Amino acid sequence: MPTVVVEIIVVLVKIAVVFGAVALVVAYLTYLERKVIGHMQHRMGPMRVGWHGLLQPIADGLKLFTKEDIIPSQADRWVFFLAPVVSLVPAFIAYAVIPFDRNFYITHLNIGVLYILAVSSLGVYGIVMAGWASNSKYAILGSFRSAAQMFSYEIFLGFSLIGPLMIAGSLDLVKIVDAQSKVWFIVYQPVAFLLFLVAATAETNRVPFDLPEAETELVAGFHTEYSGMKFAFFFMAEYANMVIVGAMASVLFLGGWSGPVLPGVIWFFLKVMAFIFLFIWLRATLPRLRYDQLMYMGWKVMFPIAILNIVGTGLVIYLL
Amino acid sequence: MLETKELILNMGPQHPSTHGVLRLVLKLEGETIVGTDVVIGYLHRGSEKIAENIPYFEFVPYTDRLDYTAALSSNLGYVMAVEKLSNIRPPERAEYIRVILTEFQRIAAHLVWLGTHAMDLGAMTVFLYCFRERETILDFFEMITGARLTINFFRIGGVPADLPPQFFARAWEFLETFPDRIKEYEALLTRNKIWLKRTKGVAVISAEDAIDLGLTGPSLRGSGVSFDIRRAEPYSVYDRFQFDIPIGEKGDVFDRYMVRVEEMRQSIRIIRQGLEQIPEGDLMTRVPRKLKPPAGAEVYVRIEAPKGELGFYIVSDGGEKPYRLKIRGPSFVNLQSLPLMVQGGLVADVVAAIGSIDVVLGEVDR
Repeated sequence: MPTVVVEIIVVLVKIAVVFGAVALVVAYLTYLERKVIGHMQHRMGPMRVGWHGLLQPIADGLKLFTKEDIIPSQADRWVFFLAPVVSLVPAFIAYAVIPFDRNFYITHLNIGVLYILAVSSLGVYGIVMAGWASNSKYAILGSFRSAAQMFSYEIFLGFSLIGPLMIAGSLDLVKIVDAQSKVWFIVYQPVAFLLFLVAATAETNRVPFDLPEAETELVAGFHTEYSGMKFAFFFMAEYANMVIVGAMASVLFLGGWSGPVLPGVIWFFLKVMAFIFLFIWLRATLPRLRYDQLMYMGWKVMFPIAILNIVGTGLVIYLL
Repeated sequence: MLETKELILNMGPQHPSTHGVLRLVLKLEGETIVGTDVVIGYLHRGSEKIAENIPYFEFVPYTDRLDYTAALSSNLGYVMAVEKLSNIRPPERAEYIRVILTEFQRIAAHLVWLGTHAMDLGAMTVFLYCFRERETILDFFEMITGARLTINFFRIGGVPADLPPQFFARAWEFLETFPDRIKEYEALLTRNKIWLKRTKGVAVISAEDAIDLGLTGPSLRGSGVSFDIRRAEPYSVYDRFQFDIPIGEKGDVFDRYMVRVEEMRQSIRIIRQGLEQIPEGDLMTRVPRKLKPPAGAEVYVRIEAPKGELGFYIVSDGGEKPYRLKIRGPSFVNLQSLPLMVQGGLVADVVAAIGSIDVVLGEVDR
């Protein structure tokens, strides 16, 4: 068979594997969150559906799949349909460049980091479209807030990554992991790591930055009017984004797949799970920031620190 | 030309954080509030009118449903009012039992407040921790009275049943462990920067405005006014206990939060003293089967309920049924201060403000 066809088949198989794995992880992430938050709150989380609630995500998926699809009468139909798609697709295609192991990735882009940042920025469109199309004041307020929050914190996300990128000297994710073969970047760049954590929490709309979905304030923010599968898309997009951000953190700060004894994929998975656990822990513990305080903190606190970090890193690299 | 219009946002009767069926019509410019209309009445059940048609004894369960997070307080207020109207003195032991249970109820009501207030602002774990403690208190109520929420325990003339022997050991155990629990809640909130940012300087009301609007209870004390009916006009056996009245300074959400948390600690003190001092004796004085207070007698009795001053004004015409029963619900009066508190603030602050006034719609609408 001509090599082109073989290559295409291999890539398709890789896509299928990664896509399937991601979908499963995202689904079971919802279960994990409910269990972990439950235990932190002195209760048990889902226990009935399957042994200790393990079949809960499947039950939830089935429910959302079979739910009636409600579209508000004044809504802008095409935009309403497209918004969840525009939210979900970028979250999934970002996985194309993430290296799970030295040779296990769908594709090897020499500008991997840039690709991921660009693609996650597209997700903001989905939120803006959702709020607009719902034609409901709550949804519009939610989507305004979310859009402003997300693109502000994307800037800080990018800035916080510049530190490790300067040390690694490349945007290629595989090369960045290799550059950490002696010391992980978290040791060289603790400030950048903290900035990244905060920016990532804001980027994925998690507590304490979950104002756009603050149920106690805006009912459900930009996805108030969504039900059934469309809502499921938004939900999956949020969790898929969490995993992407966890993957970026582990590749850029924690040495990606490196680790003794166990295969690289397992280490990668463990590191990503550590971040997810941290996100879940934050959700159980912290109250929510008010919108203006959030923006204040971003532009007046994080931005200067990020710039200082870049300048500092540059100086150190120049002097050493 | 570009022109801006006010946005009218309806935080309707069904809303996750308006603590019941409260409707707020907010006029917004962007996210800043320029006007608030409070619409109430969605829970009006005509309690006061019902009181005119039933004998005094039969009204006690209706008082449970006023402030449904603190049923015993409302029971106490009504029962004391009828007793004063008819010149009935309940026995000492009954008074002590009433005070002990009412202070437990105060703690339970404040736990509901803290849990829901924290959850409104995002800290969902505090909600579950508070309700864990509340479960212990509700177990006490079930042990003593048979009910958890709408308790209907106090009677005109005393209490119908005694504290069972197994209550005392468990109560002392609760009193030992509860202060540590309060520390847990404070660990999650009081020094948390995010909590401080959300509550300090938010929804401020000055002492003058608070007094002008008739604010009472922890909301008034948060503004620095040291007025607690248990100290100013002691009723029942409160004059025998030593306790402090916590007050705030600035009248913001944080001060009202601290006042209520401190009040929980003071309630523990009162319960301790109550359990130590409780005398033996009867539980009920003899009250005629058909209670007919003197014609023309009218009385206004007020107590310090968890939400503020709960007052009962009863006019008697000599018959078995009151001629007029008026309930001064603290939440009804406290709610008036909401528009003033949130003027110029952001939408997110409305949620914090409602939580800090601690509104229960049962009392507002009756």
